[in-house]
Amino acid sequence: MTRLAAARACAMAALVLAGAAAGTAPAGAQSPTSTRAAADARRSGFDDMSPQTQAMQRDDTQNPAMLFVADGEALWRRPAGGEGKSCAACHAEATTSMRGVAARYPAFDAPLARPVNLGERVNLCRTRQQRAEAWRAESPDLLALEAYVALQSRGQAITPPNDDRLTPFRARGAQRYRQRIGQLDLACAQCHDDHAGNRLGGSTIPQGHPTGYPIYRLEWQGLGSLQRRLRGCYTGVRAEAPPYGAIELVELELYLASRAAGMTVESPAVRP
Amino acid sequence: MARTLVTVPQGAKRGEIVEIRVLIAHPMETGFRAGPDGQRVPRDILRRFTCRLDGEVVFAAELFAAVSANPYLAFPLRVDRAGTLTFTWEGDGGFAQTETATLAVS
Repeated sequence: MTRLAAARACAMAALVLAGAAAGTAPAGAQSPTSTRAAADARRSGFDDMSPQTQAMQRDDTQNPAMLFVADGEALWRRPAGGEGKSCAACHAEATTSMRGVAARYPAFDAPLARPVNLGERVNLCRTRQQRAEAWRAESPDLLALEAYVALQSRGQAITPPNDDRLTPFRARGAQRYRQRIGQLDLACAQCHDDHAGNRLGGSTIPQGHPTGYPIYRLEWQGLGSLQRRLRGCYTGVRAEAPPYGAIELVELELYLASRAAGMTVESPAVRP
Repeated sequence: MARTLVTVPQGAKRGEIVEIRVLIAHPMETGFRAGPDGQRVPRDILRRFTCRLDGEVVFAAELFAAVSANPYLAFPLRVDRAGTLTFTWEGDGGFAQTETATLAVS
């Protein structure tokens, strides 16, 4: 047996052990992913966090993202734009009307003939229905409303829409996920598929499932979107990051959502 | 007004120790960082947090530049009597915010 084969065998054994451990975990060990089948090797970034950071996410009184959620709830009820309508004027209570919405984005927008993510959907609603100005990408108001809407899907399974119009975009996202880019000549898949669970500097490389966006990232000291995270990786491999809202990023989001299909929405999550 | 989340357990018995939790939205800008223009960003941090029960200080903390953004503080409090808890944050640039919560005894 070559060394590589031996290492693979060890890794397989470790996976089997991990599966067995997950199967026999006590009922008290709550993880947002604990309901998943033990055969599913996918792990949320939550599973690799320190117990302290996990506690921060589990407890809404500790989770700083809940400050943004409170802002988002206020924005939901505040009239805006030329129509003088609030989100609630059309959608009524978000707790019922927005249930499961974040779990299926990005989704196809017919007038634009392209997929849009949740933040873009909020801005389209602002410009089309409220006749208000679109919020700047990563602006506190946009993130707050996104966090409030995403919270309504917490605990639900990620369910990308079964829409044929999305297929070519998703395929391009999948291709982009495997394409080497930047001065470091690295593809997303090389870290997040081949080396997930290993360490990069002091951090565990996550599998890269977008289960909790928008996230409160301790490194950012604030809330941020999946596009901010993706752009961070582009910079990390020393590639030029596409601007916010670029179709390249939405296609990647679309692929990542299909890759994480069935995993539990944790929004708004905390990450290190 | 900064957004705050204050958690005061209700229905505690007299003499019981409860945990009070407070979270406030604040950038906690250290004053050591440079902005995009290369100039130092002026310090903007919370300096002091005080919790009073009907005017009497029951907990106070001094905060410094090393404290992260959106500070979260949790502290134990023995419930001897019912009353009104007042939480005050004071910081740079004349920042001052006060929140109140009722402390009930069962």
